[in-house]
Amino acid sequence: MTIHTSLFEGEHICLAPIETDKDAEIQAKWTESAEFLRLLSTEPAIPASPEAVKKRYEAIEKKMETDRNLFYFTIRLRPDDRLIGFAQIYWIEWAGGYARLQLGIGLPDERGKGYGSEALRLLLRYAFSELNLFRLDAIVGEDNLAAMRLFQKAGFVEEVRQRQALYRDGRRWDLIGLGLLKEEWSASHA
Amino acid sequence: MHDIFRGELVRLSSDNPQTMAEAFSRWNRDSEYTRLLDDEPARLRSVKSVKEWLEKEAASGENMRFFFSIRALADDQLIGFVGLFEIEWNHGNAWVGIGLGERDYWGKGYGTDAMLTILAYAFNELNLYRVTLDVFEYNPRAIRSYEKAGFQIEGRVRKMIHRDGQRSDVLVMGVLRDEWKGRHWRIKT
Repeated sequence: MTIHTSLFEGEHICLAPIETDKDAEIQAKWTESAEFLRLLSTEPAIPASPEAVKKRYEAIEKKMETDRNLFYFTIRLRPDDRLIGFAQIYWIEWAGGYARLQLGIGLPDERGKGYGSEALRLLLRYAFSELNLFRLDAIVGEDNLAAMRLFQKAGFVEEVRQRQALYRDGRRWDLIGLGLLKEEWSASHA
Repeated sequence: MHDIFRGELVRLSSDNPQTMAEAFSRWNRDSEYTRLLDDEPARLRSVKSVKEWLEKEAASGENMRFFFSIRALADDQLIGFVGLFEIEWNHGNAWVGIGLGERDYWGKGYGTDAMLTILAYAFNELNLYRVTLDVFEYNPRAIRSYEKAGFQIEGRVRKMIHRDGQRSDVLVMGVLRDEWKGRHWRIKT
């Protein structure tokens, strides 16, 4: 068994708080890519200015403070703490013990290097052994093969398939709900 | 022209926040109802707080939600609510939520009729492509009603609900415009 000295540090990346002004500039750049936005969400893709990203950060931090049903992290490369992505545990329902996960790596060059997997491992440990949640889910378009692989590699299984719920470039895709129970996660971490 | 707000047993109506708040506050005292309705912890709410909540919801994004109260045609009694939420116009997708707070109207086809009426509204008025809902596995009456209205089961969120020491699944159900059209195309000329 590995002894974890920190919840927030992986081998190559770490989970860290938002640095409002610096991060907003970088994240605004990511939103200039429609691909990034489409991989991340089903909302209509639209770029965000640094000012708009800053407002979102402020809303996120306020929500973390008041509603206590959201944990948001930036993903940074070690050792120089360069921002490469974000990850969040959101829509937490404490009574039922479940929440939803989302994570994104901003630039194409930084994808496919295992940073997302590493961040997901940290996020799962945080959700299951710090927040003590019972189950997690993630929603992924069937056109997002990298995300499907990422979550399945971490133990998530397909639970729901909303038929033809995505409509992009003249084609309809299913929207897939993936789920992971704490007992399944624990079994693979014993 | 056919009245799109009218079904066989019910009509979709719009009531003042005060009327709705009084009904919601009363229905919330029935914990069986609230535990069938959603996964939030059952809680009691004053008429005033429900009214403020309804007004806040109504003010937030007119194009993102279409909310109705349900009235029985026979006696004009206010029996529940139904609404389309989280509308994604770019994909033509929406979630539907329905609740019949008046127990005397359970199991008699009112819910199915209201669902058929709002589906016709979703497909014929809003021109949506699909409608989604979720329902708890311990609510077979609702599952049966949704199947009658044209929904099919699209998956099972395992052990999501935790009540009375038991874990239960949540079923996700969906209906597409094209498959619904063949069965329930409610246009009368």
